[in-house]
Amino acid sequence: MSRPHLRPDGPPGATDTLVRGETYVLTTVYALVFYVATALLVGGLAFRVWQYATTPAPLKIPTTPAPTTRTGVWFRMAREVVLFQSLFKSNKWIWLFGYLFHGALALVLLRHVRYFQEPVWTVITLIQPFGKYAGFAMIAGLGGLWARRLLVPRIRYITNPSDHLMLGLLVAIGLSGLGMKFLAHTDIVAVKAFFLGLMRFNPQPLPADPALLIHLGLVAALMIVFPFSKLLHAPGVFFSPTRNQVDNPRERRHVAKWATARYESGK
Amino acid sequence: MAKVDILDRAAGEELPDPMEMPALCPGAMAQSNPYLAQPAHNEALGFPGELIEDWHDVAIAKMGELLGKYRSLKVYLDSCVKCGACTDKCQYFLGTGDPKNMPVARQDLLRKVYRRHFTLAGKFFPKLVGAEDLTKEVLDDWYSYFHQCSQCRRCSVYCPYGIDTAEISMAAREIMDSIGIGQKYCNEIIGKVHKIGNNLGLPKPALASTLEDLEEEVYDDTGVKVRFPLDEPGAEILLVTPSADFFAEPHIDGLIGYAKVMHEAGVKWTLSSYASEAANFGMFIGSYEQMRQVAQRIRKAALDLGVKRIVVGECGHAWRVAYSFWNTLAGPWDFLDPNYPVPQHICEFTYDLIQKGKLNFDKSQNDHMTLTFHDSCNVARASRMGDMPGGQFEIPRAVIKAVCNNYVDMAEDTIREATFCCGGGGGLLSDEIIDIRKKGAQPRMRALRQVVEEHGVTHMAAICAICKAQFTKVLPEFDFARDTIVSVHQLVSNAIILTPGPDDDEDEDDDAPDGAPETEDDED
Repeated sequence: MSRPHLRPDGPPGATDTLVRGETYVLTTVYALVFYVATALLVGGLAFRVWQYATTPAPLKIPTTPAPTTRTGVWFRMAREVVLFQSLFKSNKWIWLFGYLFHGALALVLLRHVRYFQEPVWTVITLIQPFGKYAGFAMIAGLGGLWARRLLVPRIRYITNPSDHLMLGLLVAIGLSGLGMKFLAHTDIVAVKAFFLGLMRFNPQPLPADPALLIHLGLVAALMIVFPFSKLLHAPGVFFSPTRNQVDNPRERRHVAKWATARYESGK
Repeated sequence: MAKVDILDRAAGEELPDPMEMPALCPGAMAQSNPYLAQPAHNEALGFPGELIEDWHDVAIAKMGELLGKYRSLKVYLDSCVKCGACTDKCQYFLGTGDPKNMPVARQDLLRKVYRRHFTLAGKFFPKLVGAEDLTKEVLDDWYSYFHQCSQCRRCSVYCPYGIDTAEISMAAREIMDSIGIGQKYCNEIIGKVHKIGNNLGLPKPALASTLEDLEEEVYDDTGVKVRFPLDEPGAEILLVTPSADFFAEPHIDGLIGYAKVMHEAGVKWTLSSYASEAANFGMFIGSYEQMRQVAQRIRKAALDLGVKRIVVGECGHAWRVAYSFWNTLAGPWDFLDPNYPVPQHICEFTYDLIQKGKLNFDKSQNDHMTLTFHDSCNVARASRMGDMPGGQFEIPRAVIKAVCNNYVDMAEDTIREATFCCGGGGGLLSDEIIDIRKKGAQPRMRALRQVVEEHGVTHMAAICAICKAQFTKVLPEFDFARDTIVSVHQLVSNAIILTPGPDDDEDEDDDAPDGAPETEDDED
């Protein structure tokens, strides 16, 4: 990793050297943290997906009525992932808050794509106005979910400390982000330079803005816990046999490798 | 035990809603335990006779083995976000208020041990993520609460990730069996199937004499010689039905219905004494091996008898195993006639004949009843009938409507894919746990009460041997008559107009002439 290049702000001096030193440490630490977090997120998720994909589903167990064709299953999965169909059947409040949160999060994430590319795709530019305010919707959704977790006895009963922590983490990420957007602006040009630099393995100095450092630190924490936590529901849903299997057991014989090896080898 | 529901309600008070939320009563059902299997029951299935010395390590190793064999288990233990969508969906929770009967909490009994032993978070931060060691107390909880799950999959309909508690409870029961903690009801019955061929342990002579009696009974009733063949080589169809159909009420009336339909279809059919059982309790204990062994009996019987088709009688979980698993466990069925579904449900069989106009009915024979239909959980959420998704809901209803004039559905959120378990499924149909069975039946009984009071429903039809046995037992607890529950093919049997054979008596007395005008009865 090359040494961060500092933008010339003025004539070099003692204070400046100090600032440069601090910025250097900070930039290096955050750069390392993001490399590690990205590696864990990508590697961890890839490992999980590999695990799920290679663990056999020995029996046909789609929750019926289920689609009888592969195409039908694609549509069923799309309805689950895009519309949260089953959750909608189950509980309108959880659906509302959950949908608000996930939908807003998707917009916010898309909005952030502009910090990772130059030039920025038109689509990303177009959603900026929506993405900007989606942060509030995200917090509202999280607030609703958190309130239910605290106020509904059934849900309080099934809650572990980590469930609160996860909500806290997401809320803190949202609030620190909104703070930078609407209260105290951070040097967004420098932030973008930092991330573009990271992607080119040539980190640029990161502004020492507390809100920014908190925001980025928490995001890195979220990336790190992702493959080790209930956030695995994201890849998990695609591998759920009750949702992704075709209802055709009479027409097509379905046998797992371990079952064939155990019962049918030699046949 | 006090009457579970409704009866102590003041007159005029609104009927309780089937979905009415109970207050949380932690530990309310912690003492509900089915009898442990005797060593002989366990050993007959290849399980240790009783709790083994190193049970902890063996249980954890077994869990690891299952995690590698079943994607469902692995994905479902990882994916739950504790959103709470399932918490009010289980009939055992609605009936008891015990929070450990909420599907997610039931899963958590296994998940907390999974997290402790198989996840980094649980190894390093057990308190934070709710991970726990497998202690004797946890094991006791497993035995109690994984036997308060009927594996009905109602929760799996509502989970945003399709998490199916049935998969978890099957795994838990398999782990318990592997360390010598078997459940008597299931394991004893599976042993009987291996040894004798059916759950009830009815040997061939008993079966043969029962069927002879039935032939006489039907002849006395109708003057038509309807056959109940057993082990007849050269038959085209093998009928595999739950053994309760051979003697229990109202099951047996269903069996008479199947025989009459076969008679009218003019097909050669037979029952098998070797495979005299459609039920497959191997599923309840989560054992692929046991389930396979039981399923293989049917394959052998079909081959030995040289049949071309297999039809399955009215049984919920049996239909799940037959429809969803037989091809996997005992297939390929390439020796059967590919022009018919393999296997075919008796309702599909009858429906097909109705569609082709081959059956004639006098619907007025059922006019003393107003029917509703209880969708059996395994049929509704784990199988299909016909070509279209949802055929499992429409075909039985179409059969009922073809033979009855008065039919009303129960509340929409209690039928079809949202149907409740009868309360006795999944290996819970054992008398020592009658308390949980009654409480689990409460939501269905409330839904029934609504249509009884609002639409004058008199009878509820079902296509599952367990549902029929369970309702026969619990209906009186809710102030309904025991015989409120009927078989679908009992209704068919009542209404079907039989064609006399060459050696039958001529039309004697009360057979309604073909095409007689249907009597108008009080309908809503």
